[in-house]
This record gives sequence, structure tokens and C-alpha cells, in this order.
Amino acid sequence: MASLKEVRSRIASINSTQQITKAMKMVAAAKLRRAQDGITQMRPYAQKLSQMLSTVSAGAELAADSPYKQARPIERVLLIVVTADRGLCGAFNTNAIKAAISLINDRYAAQARAGNVEIMALGKKGAEAFVRRGFRVNTKHVNVFGSLNFATVRRAAEEAMDGFASGRYDVVDIVFNEFKNVATQIIRTEQMLPIVAAEAPAGATSAVNYLFEPSEDEIITELIPKTLKIQLFKATLESNASFYGAQMTAMDKATENAGELLKELKLVYNRTRQAAITKEILEIVGGAEALAAE
Amino acid sequence: MQVEIITPDRKVFTGEATSVTFPGSEGQFQVLNDHAPLVSTLARGPIVVQSAAGQQSFTVDGGVVEVLRNKVLVLAEAVIV
Repeated sequence: MASLKEVRSRIASINSTQQITKAMKMVAAAKLRRAQDGITQMRPYAQKLSQMLSTVSAGAELAADSPYKQARPIERVLLIVVTADRGLCGAFNTNAIKAAISLINDRYAAQARAGNVEIMALGKKGAEAFVRRGFRVNTKHVNVFGSLNFATVRRAAEEAMDGFASGRYDVVDIVFNEFKNVATQIIRTEQMLPIVAAEAPAGATSAVNYLFEPSEDEIITELIPKTLKIQLFKATLESNASFYGAQMTAMDKATENAGELLKELKLVYNRTRQAAITKEILEIVGGAEALAAE
Repeated sequence: MQVEIITPDRKVFTGEATSVTFPGSEGQFQVLNDHAPLVSTLARGPIVVQSAAGQQSFTVDGGVVEVLRNKVLVLAEAVIV
């Protein structure tokens, strides 16, 4: 059985670990709230944008000649993988990376063999993982989560869009964790480019006669890139909130486990202590009896 | 009329206004009360909101504006206040 001193030092060390995990859980909870605020802040913009797009395109055909709509035979693939910068969040990063890899193996196996799959990593963990696996990784935008706002995500989105428009990529997919609730993240794969035909807005034939300045078509061409950028921005916000949710649950579990371990160790400690005391008493009683017998 | 200026990061402005001047992509224009329904793209420039309380200016980096039934809605990607 371990000595008293050993057990005592283990208890002390687990105690401090538990304090750390508890603190990390609180921090994650606070940051989660801010990340969720970010989603709610973005929502009105996204809603109004799609509303506007449907009112404008109710009359006109959705700009069929948009450079972002061309469906080409798929030769070169860009995969935007959204992970986090840090670990200690359970399987959060692993899940996204795994999903991306299985997507490559299932859908883009031929392109991957030809070396035509490029990864754009948002989040350090994903970048590291794909570099290690020998993929071509664009790490220019890896730091978006340092200060997550629209301006930084927009640059990443613009690069992907330019790449598609200029024919450098034939398809752009996003892999990210969607925030369902604090404990649940859903891995999602969305096609960003070419644009997937939006479902016909039900009965959105606007009765209002708008003045269009400069013209419906030009407004649509202006709106489409905006919706694409918002799509990527939404993915990063969702992933960010999911990350803090995952970290919170992971740290909660860790704190709980530390508590259980502490309970067990305390039992061992007390048992050892008791055994030592009993042994001492036996020795004293034995000694006293020996003296009395003389 | 009710004016809203929204970016993906936050709501920049909501409130009543008597007139708003926009940097339209075809040239500057002004929207007053009871303006006809309008959708227009914006160029980079200042949006000037004139209200009873005074005048406020927001510089946007392009965007879209919708005017409908005395509701003015501006969607901009970035606002430099």
C-alpha cells in the first residue's frame, strides 16, 4: 500500500488540477455566452439579406451568369475546414478533421490522388493536422479565431470566391461544427461554391413595385457575394460557439472525474492512516503487556 | 421614418430620422418620409442620418439599402464610425 506521504501529495496535485479545470470551465462558459451573442448579432443581417435577395429575385431570374454559379467538372477542390486554435475540448477538433478526411476519401478520392485537393484551415488545430498528413494547406487565414469578426472572415471568403471565379477551384466546401446546444455539436458539410440553387421562396412574389437602382441584375450580383461571405461567417461563428460548448463540457467532466479520484484517494489515505494508528496501538499495548508480565 | 443600419457584427444604428443621405453607386441620393419603395446598392461613402436630435454620419464600405413603407434598412459589410 502506498505510503501516507505519497497519497497526500497525490491528493494535493489532483486538487490543484481540479481547480484548474473548474476555472477553465467557468472561462469557457463566459466565452460561450459571448460567442452565442455573436450568432444572435449576425442573425438579423443574414435574415434581412436573404429576404432582400428573395424580393429582388422574385421578378428577375436569379442571375444565371453569376461567376459563382457555374457548375464545372470537378478537378480542383478547396476544402475550408473550421476547427479551433486550442485543444482541451474533447473530440471537437478531431471530429471536424475526421469529417473532412472522410469527405475527401468518399467524394474527392480521385482529385486527392491527383494532388488537387487544397485545404484552407481556419483554426490552428486543423492546420497542424492537415500539414502533418501531407495535404496542401493554405494557412493564411488560420488565425481568424484570434479576434473573430466579419472583417477577418471576409478576407478568407473572398480568397475562396476569387479562386473559384478564376477557375483555381471547381468546388469549395466548408466543414464545421454546428452549435446545437452546449453539449451537442453537429458536424456539417456545406457546399459554398458553386452556389446551390436556393429553394424557391414560397409565395414571395412581392406585390411591391420597387425602384431598382442601378438595376435588378446588378443588385443581385452585389447581393450574391454578400450571402457567400455570410455563409462562411456563420460557419465560423457556429464553430466558435461549439468550441466553447465542447470545452465547457470537457472541463466539467474533468472536474467531475477529479472529484471522484479525490474521493477514492481520500479513502485510501484514511485507511492507511487508520492502519498505521492501529499498528501503533498494537505495538504500545504489546509493549505494555510485556512490561506488566515482568 | 424608421432607420436601421446593420452589419454582420452588430446593429450600428436604429432610430427615427427625418431624412437620410446615401452614397448610392449611381450617385448620392436622399430619402425623405414616404419615399417610394426602393432597393439600391451603395458605394463607399458616408450615410448621413438627419433626425430631430441632430445629425449622425456613418461611413460604409459599400452595401445595399431597402426602403419600404417608411422603413429604411441598410445592410453594410463594414462601418467605419
